[in-house]
Amino acid sequence: MSVDTATVAKIASLARIKVSESELEAMVPELNGILAWVEQLGEVDTANVEPMTAVIPNTLRLRDDVVDADPLTGGGRRDAVLANAPVAEHGFFGVPKVIE
Amino acid sequence: MTELTELGVAAIRDGVKAGDFTAVEVADAFNANVAAAQEALNAFIIATPEKATEAAKATDARRAAGEDLGKMGGVPIGMKDLFATFDVQTTAASHILEGFKPQYESTVSQNLWNAGAGMLGKLNLDQFAMGSSNETSYFGNVISPWRKAGSNAPLAPGGSSGGSSAALAARLCPAATGTDTGGSIRQPAAFTGTTGIKPTYGRCSRWGVVAFASSLDQAGPMARSTQDCAIMLEAMAGFDPKDATSLELPVPNWEALLSADLSGKTVGIPREYRMDGMDAEIVALWDQGVAWLKDAGAKVIDISLPHTKYALPTYYIIAPAEASSNLARYDGVRYGLRDLPDGANLQDMYAATRAAGFGAEVKRRILIGTYVLSAGFYDAYYTQAQKVRTLISQDFAKAFEECDVILAPTTPTAAFALGENVDDPLSMYLNDVFSVPASLAGLPAMSVPAGLSKDGLPLGLQIIGKAFDEQGVLNAGLAIEQRAQFTAKPEKWW
Amino acid sequence: MTETTYRIQGASGEWEVVIGLEVHAQVSSNAKLFSGAATAFGAEPNSQVSLIDAAMPGMLPVPNKECIRQAVRTGMAINAEINKYSRFDRKNYFYADLPQGYQISQLYHPIVGEGSLTIEADEKAGIPEDKVIGIERIHVEQDAGKLMHDQHPTMSYVDLNRVGVALMEIVSRPDMRSPAEAGAYVSKLRQILRYVGSCDGNMDQGSMRADVNVSVRRPGGELGTRTETKNVNSVRFVMQAIEHEASRQVDVLESGGKIVQETRLFDPNTGSTRSMRSKEDAHDYRYFPDPDLLPLILEDAFLEDCRASLPELPDAKKARYENELGLSAYNAQVLTADVDTARWFEVLLGETAKAAGKAPAEVSKQAANWLISELFGALNKLGTSLEESPVTPEKGGALLALIAKGTISGSAAKQVLEIMLETGDEAEAIVEREGLKQESDTGAIEAEVDTILAANADKVEQYKAGKVALFGFFVGQTMKAMKGKGNPQVVNEILKAKLG
Repeated sequence: MSVDTATVAKIASLARIKVSESELEAMVPELNGILAWVEQLGEVDTANVEPMTAVIPNTLRLRDDVVDADPLTGGGRRDAVLANAPVAEHGFFGVPKVIE
Repeated sequence: MTELTELGVAAIRDGVKAGDFTAVEVADAFNANVAAAQEALNAFIIATPEKATEAAKATDARRAAGEDLGKMGGVPIGMKDLFATFDVQTTAASHILEGFKPQYESTVSQNLWNAGAGMLGKLNLDQFAMGSSNETSYFGNVISPWRKAGSNAPLAPGGSSGGSSAALAARLCPAATGTDTGGSIRQPAAFTGTTGIKPTYGRCSRWGVVAFASSLDQAGPMARSTQDCAIMLEAMAGFDPKDATSLELPVPNWEALLSADLSGKTVGIPREYRMDGMDAEIVALWDQGVAWLKDAGAKVIDISLPHTKYALPTYYIIAPAEASSNLARYDGVRYGLRDLPDGANLQDMYAATRAAGFGAEVKRRILIGTYVLSAGFYDAYYTQAQKVRTLISQDFAKAFEECDVILAPTTPTAAFALGENVDDPLSMYLNDVFSVPASLAGLPAMSVPAGLSKDGLPLGLQIIGKAFDEQGVLNAGLAIEQRAQFTAKPEKWW
Repeated sequence: MTETTYRIQGASGEWEVVIGLEVHAQVSSNAKLFSGAATAFGAEPNSQVSLIDAAMPGMLPVPNKECIRQAVRTGMAINAEINKYSRFDRKNYFYADLPQGYQISQLYHPIVGEGSLTIEADEKAGIPEDKVIGIERIHVEQDAGKLMHDQHPTMSYVDLNRVGVALMEIVSRPDMRSPAEAGAYVSKLRQILRYVGSCDGNMDQGSMRADVNVSVRRPGGELGTRTETKNVNSVRFVMQAIEHEASRQVDVLESGGKIVQETRLFDPNTGSTRSMRSKEDAHDYRYFPDPDLLPLILEDAFLEDCRASLPELPDAKKARYENELGLSAYNAQVLTADVDTARWFEVLLGETAKAAGKAPAEVSKQAANWLISELFGALNKLGTSLEESPVTPEKGGALLALIAKGTISGSAAKQVLEIMLETGDEAEAIVEREGLKQESDTGAIEAEVDTILAANADKVEQYKAGKVALFGFFVGQTMKAMKGKGNPQVVNEILKAKLG
């Protein structure tokens, strides 16, 4: 499968990365080169193979239902949450107005 | 007395403990080296001499009070700028995180500070750890302290932990953290004559480490000896309930159990790693490695890892796919760069911010990852890659029925010149051909400096071990280290 | 197979409506699905946000056991298959209420598989018989944050408090054929969730919202194209949205148009739906297994624990009330409609039986009638609810026991209840204070009866001659003499004996 500029433009839009026309032009052969190369995986017979889920055998641990047991994973720290915000007002993050 | 900056982790730890010198003296010496080399090598994104000094003072005070100094007491280290450090700028070498000061500390860095280490600064790297040469950093290349004999052309320190490797080789720090997704500890270690180990996936917590590819990312130590790596890995590793993929296992006493006696051990040599057109120097080095391990008492056998050739393409589907999702959070809303063109709406802001904030390689990988996950392509690319990944992992499992560790080269060549591969992403990706398979299987793997190329550049050998068997890897590494007697260091030109 | 007759009369004939619902129910848990931040409603903006919820670099999710447990219990309550192997997937899209740039959900391997619930026959609503509605799956996922658009002229404000709160998405089969069925389904689901305790069902606080999938077709014909109306947050609105959307679709089709598969918004002010601005790539979510989370494997012991903790569910409770307690179908229905009412009733029943020294089945009708006709009526007048009732079920039980033991009369009990509602005092204290105790002592009543009969010998003669209607006269006279405190039953018995 190979991509054209329209496809790359669509992918870039999905990924929310603005690309100029000239960037698009440059990306098409690059991406096609990489895609053609990874497509050699198609030749591997994986008929009875399960996709990998856990690289090292391990089970999913669950956390107890406790609020703010650890400040690193709990809430109640608005200052830390907003500390790096480009725009924060009245305890909120600010973004350009959204019309729904 | 040797210069303090020539000392490694064990020597500093023991020297401070014994009172041969103070931790502050050590910090001062390294702080000075960091400052002196910054302009030429650009190994650090920011230096934090005050942090190093503060930790050193604390160590000296503890010593005065007769308290335990910790596994890394008095050892100043470099911190790859992928680890979140409290209120200290953490960027992943990306413009999109420029100025970001985390209000939290990564588990691994916290473990190191708890063990008595201090921070010399935040080390440069490939942007979001995507790269093999450190050329994708927004904050400029790291220049390797190594040069080819008779040449002043700047060389790549490897990547993505290129700041770490360069700083170690140039004696700007005795040890540094690295992270390895497809070879990012081992390849730069090999390029700079330093030692690094990627432990079993899940040994070191990923909490607070800027994510590249979650199922592959693993932190590890980089230093100038196997023993130093063992000490630092003990300090870094450990179960972390905040990381759902963290291994709930005790941390072994790797340092105490180091042994270069490989009697009764079997070393596997994967025939698929012997590729057509392979550099004769690399082949010779590999053969030398075999001889050394035999000398150490090991039995050496041929093994087969049949799906080796598919490892790189598998990696270049899975890693970008995960990255495309992991990097979605950099959107200019809550932290980092915001680019808001006039009249832009929210979605325009995202696109502009991400266009301005991410470098070319990061964008390339995000686009590939987005594409392989998109409707209609998911099974052909992503699911197939995860199936092949299963096969690659099974190859190792089968091989380890017959052997204890695997010996291979770390990289197909010695360090290349900056700019050499920058326009050809594929040839850059091929650098990871020997390191990626172990990453895909989550196995511990290390690179040990083993010799010099005809141009006088370091070459590394790689040891891959069974899951959880860092000890076996470290022991084989030590056996090579003792026989290779690698003492070369870059001539100081900076 | 039950066929409802709900049809839309179009110009070209009849249309049938096909409805499926995706209900998002907030899991009752203290902390969020993947972080330790609180889930309480109405907190200060961004005060219940962890570094994980804000998607700071390097943050990782660890699932909350309680959320998993509640989803499993809910699955068990709808007799669903519980998947011992499930996985979390990432659903990728960009929006300001979604800090990670993806929602952690379960697409490929949900925790709960196929199940069902039964909606009850309701002639008036056009549901002639009980009907089983299939439930395709329940999966667990993260809620998103909230955007406020009216606080600033050029900016929207983002509050991440809800980010990462656990939701169960409960996906029905397209088995409903009328707004009433859909309404009954949501009500029944809410009832079950509240019984299980896995969701508080507070629709006005957003604890339950429905995405409503509607299509129309010729009766029994091929399925039409459906639209999805998002985030409808009351039973009434669900029904309105369906009515509006179905007739809109009929209008479109009858005027030669085509239905576009799209996402729509419900406007509660007009009761209508409108198209959301469509995004070209809105549907390419690039789902893939979350590499930060391993597969979730449920152990047998955990499942047994979940099952053992399930309460008696509404259908079973209603049947027991009818069969074992002998309540009418109507009363059983009323008392089991909400878990809080049932809980209240059961304490009342237990207390009444205990205080009266009788078996529950002997006092159940009395307790049910009193709760439904007396207390509900009184609370209604006061404009309050059972939850806020000053009369607790314990106090109510004590009151009912006084009636059962004959200590007070039914009419006195009404008086006592009124005072209880005002003061919150114990029934016995009120009876004592107000002198409402009735006389049940046979000796005392006999003496009064003898006096009355002696004073009215002529009437006794007439009675004995066959004018039995005079019995009421004697009762009245006796009660009057006793100032209304004679136990009417005892008075009756004694009069009957004396009059032969």
